Amino acid sequence: MIALGQFLEVLIGGLMSGVLYSLVALGFVLIFKASGVFNFAQGAMVLLAGLALVRSLDLLVAWGFAPWAAITLGIGFAAVIMAITAWLIERFVVGPLVNQDALSLFMSTIGVTFVLEGAAQMIFGSDVYPLRLFPTDVWLLFESQFPGGILVNKLDVWGAFIAGILVAGLAIFFQRTKTGRALRAVADDHLAAQSVGIPISWIWFVVWLAAGLVALVAATVWGTKLGVQFSITFLALKALPVLIIGGLTSIPGAIVGGLIVGAGEKIAEVFLGPHIGGGIEYWFAYVLALAVLLARPQGLFGERIIERI
Amino acid sequence: MRMPDTSEILLQAEGVSLAFGGVKALRDVSFDIKKGEIRAIIGPNGAGKTSMLNVINGFYHPNHGAITFKGRTRAQMQPFEASRGGIARTFQNVALFKGMSALDNIMAGRTLKMRRGLLWQMLHYGPALAEEIENRHRVEEIIDFLEIEAIRKVPVARLAYGLQKRVELGRALAMEPDLLLLDEPMAGMNLEEKEDMSRFIIDVNNHYGTTIALIEHDMAVVMDLSHRVVVLDHGVKIADGSPDEVKKNQGVIGAYLGVAH
Amino acid sequence: MLYREAGQFKTTYAEDMAIFPIRQDRIALGVLLGIAFVGVPLLATFRIWPFASEYLLWAILLPFLILALAAIGVNILVGYCGQISLGSGAFMAIGAYSAYKLGTGVHIPLAWLGFTISIPPLPVLSSILLGGFTAAVIGILFGIPSLRIKGLYLAVATLAAQFFFDWVFLRVPWFTNYAPSGSVNAPELNFFGLIVRTPIERYLLCLIFVTVFAVLAKNFVRGNLGRQWMAIRDMDIAAELIGIQPLYAKLTAFAVSSFIIGVAGALWAFVYLGSWEPLAFSIDRSLQLLFMVIIGGLGSIMGSFVGAAFILILPIMLNLIPTQLGVPLSTETITHLEFIIFGSLICYLLIKEPHGFARLISIGKEKLRLWPFPY
Repeated sequence: MIALGQFLEVLIGGLMSGVLYSLVALGFVLIFKASGVFNFAQGAMVLLAGLALVRSLDLLVAWGFAPWAAITLGIGFAAVIMAITAWLIERFVVGPLVNQDALSLFMSTIGVTFVLEGAAQMIFGSDVYPLRLFPTDVWLLFESQFPGGILVNKLDVWGAFIAGILVAGLAIFFQRTKTGRALRAVADDHLAAQSVGIPISWIWFVVWLAAGLVALVAATVWGTKLGVQFSITFLALKALPVLIIGGLTSIPGAIVGGLIVGAGEKIAEVFLGPHIGGGIEYWFAYVLALAVLLARPQGLFGERIIERI
Repeated sequence: MRMPDTSEILLQAEGVSLAFGGVKALRDVSFDIKKGEIRAIIGPNGAGKTSMLNVINGFYHPNHGAITFKGRTRAQMQPFEASRGGIARTFQNVALFKGMSALDNIMAGRTLKMRRGLLWQMLHYGPALAEEIENRHRVEEIIDFLEIEAIRKVPVARLAYGLQKRVELGRALAMEPDLLLLDEPMAGMNLEEKEDMSRFIIDVNNHYGTTIALIEHDMAVVMDLSHRVVVLDHGVKIADGSPDEVKKNQGVIGAYLGVAH
Repeated sequence: MLYREAGQFKTTYAEDMAIFPIRQDRIALGVLLGIAFVGVPLLATFRIWPFASEYLLWAILLPFLILALAAIGVNILVGYCGQISLGSGAFMAIGAYSAYKLGTGVHIPLAWLGFTISIPPLPVLSSILLGGFTAAVIGILFGIPSLRIKGLYLAVATLAAQFFFDWVFLRVPWFTNYAPSGSVNAPELNFFGLIVRTPIERYLLCLIFVTVFAVLAKNFVRGNLGRQWMAIRDMDIAAELIGIQPLYAKLTAFAVSSFIIGVAGALWAFVYLGSWEPLAFSIDRSLQLLFMVIIGGLGSIMGSFVGAAFILILPIMLNLIPTQLGVPLSTETITHLEFIIFGSLICYLLIKEPHGFARLISIGKEKLRLWPFPY
């Protein structure tokens, strides 16, 4: 019989890692919500942000800066890099493609992915760079109730906390601020938005910058967990099922989707895995997303797509 | 305007109602289309004309009411059932296949007539080629008829708007339809182009005997071309009769508040 | 004036629909086929430049042919029918492993029924073709959702296929005949008594496969089925209205595409690699094929060849040229440069010329027809 304690541990661990997926998914949702573009390059942006951060941190610390100063400057530097990237992407890729179909824009983001991956590694290096921004030890909870206690990773908790702040911040941004409203207008109908004076180029730059900053936040957490390295880009691939399940246009959907994927994956791996060979984590999220797609193409929280002639 | 010989009814719309959420696009609309006639559907913007065509086509399924076509009544119809049944259509915003040439677009309209399956297609030489050539003959007749020989190999995305509309008409004709639905075929055309298009529409009706239902804003065109007219306003039918009758109808004049361009 | 069509009249529709209606094109094709079928083997047999070593045949021409074949398959699905697929690597794997199992004898133990289904090892040609057929069946299965799922969502579904099959061939030992290392060796390439072993023989074998399949693909594409595919790609709602059944069109696209990709996978494993692991067919391969098709030209058979050539030759150029200039680059830097160049090229082509190099070439041909006159 499965011990309740073990199940809870796996569940909590899964939920936590799910939140981390959501962090990456949020960047996707931002861009899709505001411009209808599906940004395959989100994972590469996490890599770029992470590399910029960790390399500048190492450099600043080597130059003798105090940790807090180094971290602040490092984050600032990475943010600037993401701003430049956002500007370049808007100016040279999505701007010119603004009137093309969604598929072309999607494929162009695949192109952007490769450019970012290549450039980031060429400029900042392609080793594994450990990042120590959060505590990585564990808590043992409920030791009295369950033998050995329930293992909870402190980093995961920090990640959940940060994701919560981010979601709240983004929600406020979209609903309350002028720029947020402009973003939603552009997403609905960019020609109409232009005709009331909203500058599309600026708005898209802001969107990509925001996504870049979200990527930076994701990089701080994931970088601490895995070390900043090329394989972080595969996170983007993991975030895709999260988006499908949650719905491409929904910020709460990204969180819920992440939780479902994270928990589902871990539970399937631990309890189902031994029976069919292990390594289920590799594809479980995708098959789950496929099932959701078949039942409800717009995801749990997404908007129904109505095609009109 | 020569009246059609038969008074046989090809299509009957009965009590058709259509709503999108709170917006009522059509409210209890009933009218018929006689075989061999040119029926105009007119009305101010937002009257529900395109929605009506979409219902006939099978795109939209009415909340109430039914369409009887060639004797068969159905409340719901799938688009491919409509095309199989002999209904062809053009669109307000030209719905051509932008990646293909004019010839290929019109050949695509022959799909329902082409039977040769996967294996024959793979070999090409043999029955598939024979079928292709046979259909090519028919399509070339249509190209001749619409006077677009010179541009047949041009990718349609590169064609002028007026020519695109003609190609779209050609594609619809290629289906050899019993009922041809034209959604604003003259939109965006200058006088010459309109005259050409009118000529084609009349020729299609005379030469092929095709029944035509058309949505049009240009009153002169409507009066000259059509045998009978249905007028919609805010989803409701407000007049139904010959062009002269409708022209004098107070309700119609009120709905339009003046003369259309 | 070299490329003038003057005097070349087509008097039948059949002539108009020929693959190469212009005589100069037919001559060019004839020359190309002559070089490919006769010239290359001769030069290679007598070790004349540039075939002094086996490198050109083994490392460039052979992969080029097979990947071009796979690219044709991908192009049919993505370029002609407009269904984006990020899972083509998995279908190569399905083709390869099915062919492997069929070529080494299939034994399915049905414990609960008390007997084993046993199929003896099939000859290589049958294994390869049936491998493609298996891929086609799976392709149809994955194509069924494509009615409800479109565009980006379909891309995610194909990723599901990619990762799932990655796992299957890695973790289900039946496919690798319980090999402890997880890698397998191809059976002997015995085609009706002729054993294919040397690079020249392998090259000719692949050349034959590719030529036959390219012709068959071209036949599909210029016929009614090709038009149906393109109609679905361009505007599937309007396509339905003229009588095209989206299910039929999409499923045939998936079937034909997957078959070709499966055969290419089997060839890649059997003829090029000889012995392989599932990693040969990972998502990197899928993206590579997609790039070939985008760069070479979506919706163009010739484009598949151009794209494959470009993707294969660029890394070699990136290696050779800096070395010739005296500034050799590290392999890492070369990989990063490749990424940057491929990515930028894709963005550039999508903006400036969505139909890739193939369109640029045909624009060049159009200019050539008028040359030396400006218009």
